[in-house]
Amino acid sequence: MGVRNPVTWLGSPVFPKAAHEALADTQLRRNLRKATTTIRTKRAGVVAELDDWERLRQAGEAIKDDVLANLDTYLVRLEKAVTARGGVVHWARDAEEANRIVLDLVRAEGADEVVKVKSMATAEIGLNEALEAGGVRAVETDLAELIVQLGDDRPSHILVPAIHRNRAEIRDVFRRGMAEEPASDEPRDLAEAARRHLRRKFLSAKVAISGANFAVADTGSIVVVESEGNGRMCLTLPETLITVMGIEKLVPSWQDLEVFLQLLPRSSTAERMNPYTSVWSGVTPGDGPRRFHLVLLDNGRTATLADQVGRQALRCIRCSACLNVCPVYERTGGQAYGSVYPGPIGAILAPQLAGDMHDEQAASLPYASSLCGACYEVCPVRINIPEVLTHLRAEAVRAKGKRTPEAIAMAAAAWVFADPKRYEAAQKAGSLSRLLARDGRIKRLPGPGAKWTDSRDAPAVPKESFRAWWRKNHVQRS
Amino acid sequence: MFSARDEILARIRAVNRASPVPIPRDYERTRTVPDVLGLLDERVTDYKAIVHRVAEAQLPDRIADRLALRSVSTMAVPSDVPPEWRVPAVTWLPDEPPLPLAELDTVDGVLTGCAVAIAETGTIVLDAGAGQGRRMLSLVPDYHLCVVRADQVVTSVPEALARLEPGRPLTFISGPSATSDIELDRVEGVHGPRTLEVLIAT
Repeated sequence: MGVRNPVTWLGSPVFPKAAHEALADTQLRRNLRKATTTIRTKRAGVVAELDDWERLRQAGEAIKDDVLANLDTYLVRLEKAVTARGGVVHWARDAEEANRIVLDLVRAEGADEVVKVKSMATAEIGLNEALEAGGVRAVETDLAELIVQLGDDRPSHILVPAIHRNRAEIRDVFRRGMAEEPASDEPRDLAEAARRHLRRKFLSAKVAISGANFAVADTGSIVVVESEGNGRMCLTLPETLITVMGIEKLVPSWQDLEVFLQLLPRSSTAERMNPYTSVWSGVTPGDGPRRFHLVLLDNGRTATLADQVGRQALRCIRCSACLNVCPVYERTGGQAYGSVYPGPIGAILAPQLAGDMHDEQAASLPYASSLCGACYEVCPVRINIPEVLTHLRAEAVRAKGKRTPEAIAMAAAAWVFADPKRYEAAQKAGSLSRLLARDGRIKRLPGPGAKWTDSRDAPAVPKESFRAWWRKNHVQRS
Repeated sequence: MFSARDEILARIRAVNRASPVPIPRDYERTRTVPDVLGLLDERVTDYKAIVHRVAEAQLPDRIADRLALRSVSTMAVPSDVPPEWRVPAVTWLPDEPPLPLAELDTVDGVLTGCAVAIAETGTIVLDAGAGQGRRMLSLVPDYHLCVVRADQVVTSVPEALARLEPGRPLTFISGPSATSDIELDRVEGVHGPRTLEVLIAT
């Protein structure tokens, strides 16, 4: 591995430590609980409206699997279609290369400021920071991204990066960061403040940068799904548009969009349809940007594709339904995951894109789950997240090698379990631990066992084992 | 030296990929509803747009009524909307030659037609075709009055996509601009038109 992949944030603590800190923040937990409860209820309602929801999920899964199986063919096809319609296609192996391509393009336009549509791909590669270092200011125009940017904060949710902030906190951020302060902390007034703050920038911007929700290989059509109209502003008004998209964002044909334009809005914002969806193919004379650049980003995706179990994470359409149902996410929030991709999907996507299980923080992410499976149930493209989590846990253990305390303990346990006499002797010894218990619970185990009782109580071991009890009471039967 | 393109494609080709599975398309391509216009009305209204059902012949009168009610004085308009839509008592600014952006930002609203409407999701699709103009026309003004003809209305998303030409610049509009970014609660009105008014002409 060469340069570090910025998909996980440098210096983030391992998940258990970050979670421990996040859990102490009661305001954060209140904000998250309120938001996730609201969206869960709404989503269930709009999903129930469609009798064919399960069939749509299956189609979505199959289309994305087809994309992964024929990725090279479809990418070349997309490149050809976009080029034929007047666009320019660039390829980037990693974050650094993508950032350099974008910076060079912006410089070629002579711009020192760009407007941005919310995009996970550009957040993943740390584009804003790279542009800043190159003397270009990137202005986030999505309301939640603006809140994060003005608050000098980090995102905590895929769809709603400022979900950890409530209205009062957002008002404070706006007061500090805007020339005109919001009239109140009512969401309507906060939205109005954002509108005024960004209006001039939209009307005068020369270059816009976006991500893509989908790209149609056959037609070269790019799709951006949004709510506020900031996307339309960026995609329509500037002279130059630069779109950065992960290579897995493809769908083969125009018809395939009929599946995803039903799955995505209902899973994501829990709407029948999001307010605005823009579709464009290359350049249209007299309508919209005169120059269009498409940057196709690998950044760990081909390595993820190579993992037969883990590759299903590449089906993800970034709806964030899995975050909203996750009991772990609801309590720790997104920042504890130390990546732009938090929650259950982040726990499997971030470590795979980072591609380094020797990195303690990345290797801790697959453990950020109780494996309850709620994420799998809501996933619109049926990513079996628990399956990938356990698979990656095995990878993490393998990466640690054979000399860790955990590996030694497991080897010892295997030795004990292999022989009934040893097993029984161990049980007897274990029952002594009940001396540590109060009211049937052990709050603190000594030695390495303390790691277990740090975050939960252990039940006391009964005085007598089941085997001993059986021998005493049922010996005579046979 | 390999180009990034060659290297990425080579990385993909080096992977043992599963053979493609047939894509099940047994989901519903269309849905039968007793009153498709009624459903469109209900669903567009549900997303906080203002909806009126109107007989085709009454269109000019209704347009005049709506604009008068809002005290609109200047309206941008694609140059090819039916001339009778450009009712008197309002200054119409046809987008031919293209209106400068700064001017578009000062008009009271815009009047357009549409390409397709999806009843089930309450969505109107513009494709920059007849009576719709370029994309920024229906974006910059704060009020969008849109005429939907009954024969443009379909029930489902698959039916709508089948009618659309993917090479055109398309805008799917479901209600006025909105955000759910504050506490995941939906609020209408951010950067796009804050008022969307729809006339369904039968």
